[in-house]
Amino acid sequence: MNRSARLVEIVAAHAGREGPLLPLLHEVQAEFGCVDGEAEAQLAHALNLSRAEVHGVVSFYHDFTATADPRPCVQLCRAEACQARGVEALVPAAQAAAGGRVKLHDVYCLGLCSVGPNARVGDQLYARLDQGSLVELIERA
Amino acid sequence: MAYEPQADFGTPQVASETRVTLTIDGRSVTVPQGTSLMRAAALTGGSIPKLCASDNLAAFGSCRLCLVEVDGMRGTPASCTTPAAEGMTVHTQTPRLQKLRRGVMELYISDHPLDCLTCSANNDCELQDQAAAVGLRDVRFGYAGENHLGLAADTSNPYFDFDPSKCIACSRCVRACDEVQGTFALTMDGRGFASKISAGQAGDDFLSSECVSCGACVQACPTATLQEKAVKEIGKPERSVITTCAYCGVGCTFRAEMRGEQLVRMVPWKDGKANHGHSCVKGRFAWGYAQHKDRITAPMIRESIDQPWREVSWDEALGFAASRLQSIKAQYGARALGGITSSRCTNEETFLVQKLVRAGFGTNNVDTCARVCHSPTGYGLKTTFGTSAGTQDFDSVEHSDVILVIGANPTDAHPVFASRMKRRLRKGAKLIVIDPRRIDLVRSAHIAAEYHLPLQPGTNVAVLTAMAHVIVTEGLADEAFIRERCDWDEYQDWARFVSDERHSPEVLEAVSRVPAADLRAAARLFATGGNGAIYYGLGVTEHSQGSSTVMAIANLAMATGNVGRPGVGVNPLRGQNNVQGACDMGSFPHELSGYRHISDTATRALFEADWGVTLDPEPGLRIPNMLDAAVDGSFRAIYIQGEDILQSDPNTHHVAAGLKAMDCVIVHDLFLNETANYAHVFLPGSTFLEKTGTFTNAERRIQMVRKVMEPANGMEDWQVTQALANAMGLGWNYTHPSQIMDEVARLTPSFAGVSHARLDEAGSLQWPVNEAHPDGSPIMHEAGFANGKGKFVVTDYVPTDEKTGPRFPLLLTTGRILSHYNVGAQTRRTANTAWHPEDLLEMHPTDAENRGLKSGDWTRLASRTGETTLRLLVTDRVAPGVVYTTFHHPATQANVVTTEFSDWATNCPEYKVTAVQVMASNGPTDWQEDYEALSARSRRIAPEIPAEAAE
Repeated sequence: MNRSARLVEIVAAHAGREGPLLPLLHEVQAEFGCVDGEAEAQLAHALNLSRAEVHGVVSFYHDFTATADPRPCVQLCRAEACQARGVEALVPAAQAAAGGRVKLHDVYCLGLCSVGPNARVGDQLYARLDQGSLVELIERA
Repeated sequence: MAYEPQADFGTPQVASETRVTLTIDGRSVTVPQGTSLMRAAALTGGSIPKLCASDNLAAFGSCRLCLVEVDGMRGTPASCTTPAAEGMTVHTQTPRLQKLRRGVMELYISDHPLDCLTCSANNDCELQDQAAAVGLRDVRFGYAGENHLGLAADTSNPYFDFDPSKCIACSRCVRACDEVQGTFALTMDGRGFASKISAGQAGDDFLSSECVSCGACVQACPTATLQEKAVKEIGKPERSVITTCAYCGVGCTFRAEMRGEQLVRMVPWKDGKANHGHSCVKGRFAWGYAQHKDRITAPMIRESIDQPWREVSWDEALGFAASRLQSIKAQYGARALGGITSSRCTNEETFLVQKLVRAGFGTNNVDTCARVCHSPTGYGLKTTFGTSAGTQDFDSVEHSDVILVIGANPTDAHPVFASRMKRRLRKGAKLIVIDPRRIDLVRSAHIAAEYHLPLQPGTNVAVLTAMAHVIVTEGLADEAFIRERCDWDEYQDWARFVSDERHSPEVLEAVSRVPAADLRAAARLFATGGNGAIYYGLGVTEHSQGSSTVMAIANLAMATGNVGRPGVGVNPLRGQNNVQGACDMGSFPHELSGYRHISDTATRALFEADWGVTLDPEPGLRIPNMLDAAVDGSFRAIYIQGEDILQSDPNTHHVAAGLKAMDCVIVHDLFLNETANYAHVFLPGSTFLEKTGTFTNAERRIQMVRKVMEPANGMEDWQVTQALANAMGLGWNYTHPSQIMDEVARLTPSFAGVSHARLDEAGSLQWPVNEAHPDGSPIMHEAGFANGKGKFVVTDYVPTDEKTGPRFPLLLTTGRILSHYNVGAQTRRTANTAWHPEDLLEMHPTDAENRGLKSGDWTRLASRTGETTLRLLVTDRVAPGVVYTTFHHPATQANVVTTEFSDWATNCPEYKVTAVQVMASNGPTDWQEDYEALSARSRRIAPEIPAEAAE
């Protein structure tokens, strides 16, 4: 099935829903690894929005990307609380472990400030990381 | 008027009966409940600093400059988003606020180029003004940090540039596009520091985005980020004149902003009662034709049309014209002469042309371009309601619950009104569209028609009668309204007629191809959905049953009780700026001004006494009859002001033959138009920027047109007509157009209270303006119909004689596009060609596939009348079996194809239905080649012969 036809299916699955854009974008991102210009235009047409409006929403959120990145992604929190709990010291080892294979993505607060340093892979959160556990997490990703 | 910005109260006016009184900076003020503190402060004469607020946009609260202190309230709320409350005490200028505002401004300026002295918005920039207002003296953050100063400008739009380095991300442009224009073409891309305004998606620029170039964003921008190219080139305007746009029948009020004799820009005027400060690409930007190199400013004559033109003095041209007219009159009688008035010219000029024909030529052979557009409206509404005009003002749409659009494409042809309609639709009104084509209103961002009835061209009457059938047979008619306002017996006759089974949607589906279930549902919605308003255009009138359709519309409005109050009514969307006015001024061969028949002795006596002549009591010839008579040899001379009948009228070959047969064709126009190829006298015309007078828009609103610059040809058009009259010895001596309007008022009861002085004072007036309606009449038939009782007229569906068959299996219908206007004489001479460089033929994918055609292919479009070639656009906007094109480009000449069938009552041509065949083509038709050669030949102007040296 081509992408455009699959998109039609995804849109149909959300038909009748109030405020369907965000759930749709999540599903498109999950399915294709990105929400590109073509998908934006197709969603705009399906939801009777302008192309610009859909693009505005897509570009606002970190979790939607314009191009697909096939690498696994590890989100590492580098906000103040995690910094206070020593995340900066782990960064060089994490970068080395990630190399070109894993996308190491800096984020700012995963909401677990008292138990940092924290990271996230997919929907799974990891707390109290030290160098060993972080590197292992990255290598397993 | 000097040049200064119009007052901006920050947030929109609130309509509330409840009032609240509060104190702002020690001044007491009473405002409607819900008014923002910002607006309340502005109403007391104060001014709270602001950047993201504008009184045509909903409060947004993002710039953080308009903070105020309110006694008893914590913090410093934004005054734009805080509503005024009873007893509030507000402080707008305190040291604490000063400090906060200055801090905010420092942040803005730390990421804004400091090039004020060389900036095109210098001294006309809200950011600059607000920096001064908050007392900015220093930017503590410096300018070295990360910034947006290096971003490249987007210059893709032909009229304005977008320079993101100057953007302060206030979102005013985005909100103007959403709220005012309703196109949603702009967005804020990204977030936080990376936020930037984006037209369309990544990779789009303004031209490739959904932007329709209405100018609302440029108007909204508080900096030089979005600015007209003309301001950059010419500089800041130094004076301004309020005038009325000369494009469509919406009649937008503009402020022409001038620098010396040079027009810098046209800016929509907030106090304009038709447009309320909005504009479209044509009125806002497409005025460059006025200075185009093709414009002819000297009179020209030639003995015969195969000769080159000879530039001559006004005296020689007028003398030549007058002597030809007089000799033809002497030889063939007055009825061999005639004239055509223009819906593009002012009321005063139009009145004068018909006066010249009736009183000077001595014949009633005068007609106007409304013949080919809204003459059925005049006939149909006069018959049913008693007046030849729409019933509402544009503001009425704010009160509509169900809007029925039939045979009109407002987003393209009446864009400023379309934006108003779309705003109402976004607030919840329901929409029914009856159109063979899926126009933008059927479905575009945030707008979706409840029902789109894609009828076969030519079946309007069938569809409307079927709707009436549903309303009557299902007991949905408004009996109380009908008994009170209409003739009950006539209604019963009509009701019996429409109730007949042969008018049921199920039976008529066979001819209209509209699914019966949809039609029933649409009819029920219209009858029961609350205030129902009908808007229609030339898709209604330009048919063999145009007048019947107008009457069917009126029947529907009366049967559902939708006449005589805000939110309802029958609204013809007028094509040209002054179609309404041209009709009002007595341009039709059978009517004197105010729609009074020429055969009426009392009316004629009034004019005869005033003009000192005897008028012919017989109606004169209509345009098509003049052309027929010319071919027969009995009609020999015509004076045509501001109309290009060769391109705009149907069956071009026949028009050409008629013109060719005449002895004297006088064309009075800005350009050597297509008609001028057959002319003997060319009198240069003046643009709307160069004359004083009035236009009357689709809502019967009479508005002043004010001279902005001196006429390039030396005379306003009314002066030219007067000079021609005087060359014929009529001895006219008008010294100002206001005297012509006084004459109109004197002779026309519905204009009795109109004068230029009164219009200057009131801004605009909607006729009738007389003793009964001293301030005009926004809504008509409020207390009762103009002719006493509303008249139901039986409208039997009669199929047109233009039928598809094996040789011509497709139906062609024609229309307009947003960026062009009518025959394109003006818009083709502007940068609007960036959007629409040629006419395209729209065809459904199935029909294209059957013929092996694809988008971009050259195709031959042939009918029984003629053929032409143009390029194809494959789209499912049109139904299978239907093709569509526009008529903006003379190279295409869509009217070579259209037929001579016309409305049974008014001769309005049936442009909207032509049976055609389409096939692949590899070049222009013989006619196109011959015509191009003829055009080139007949536009030759002889070089000046140097005067012999004096001895």
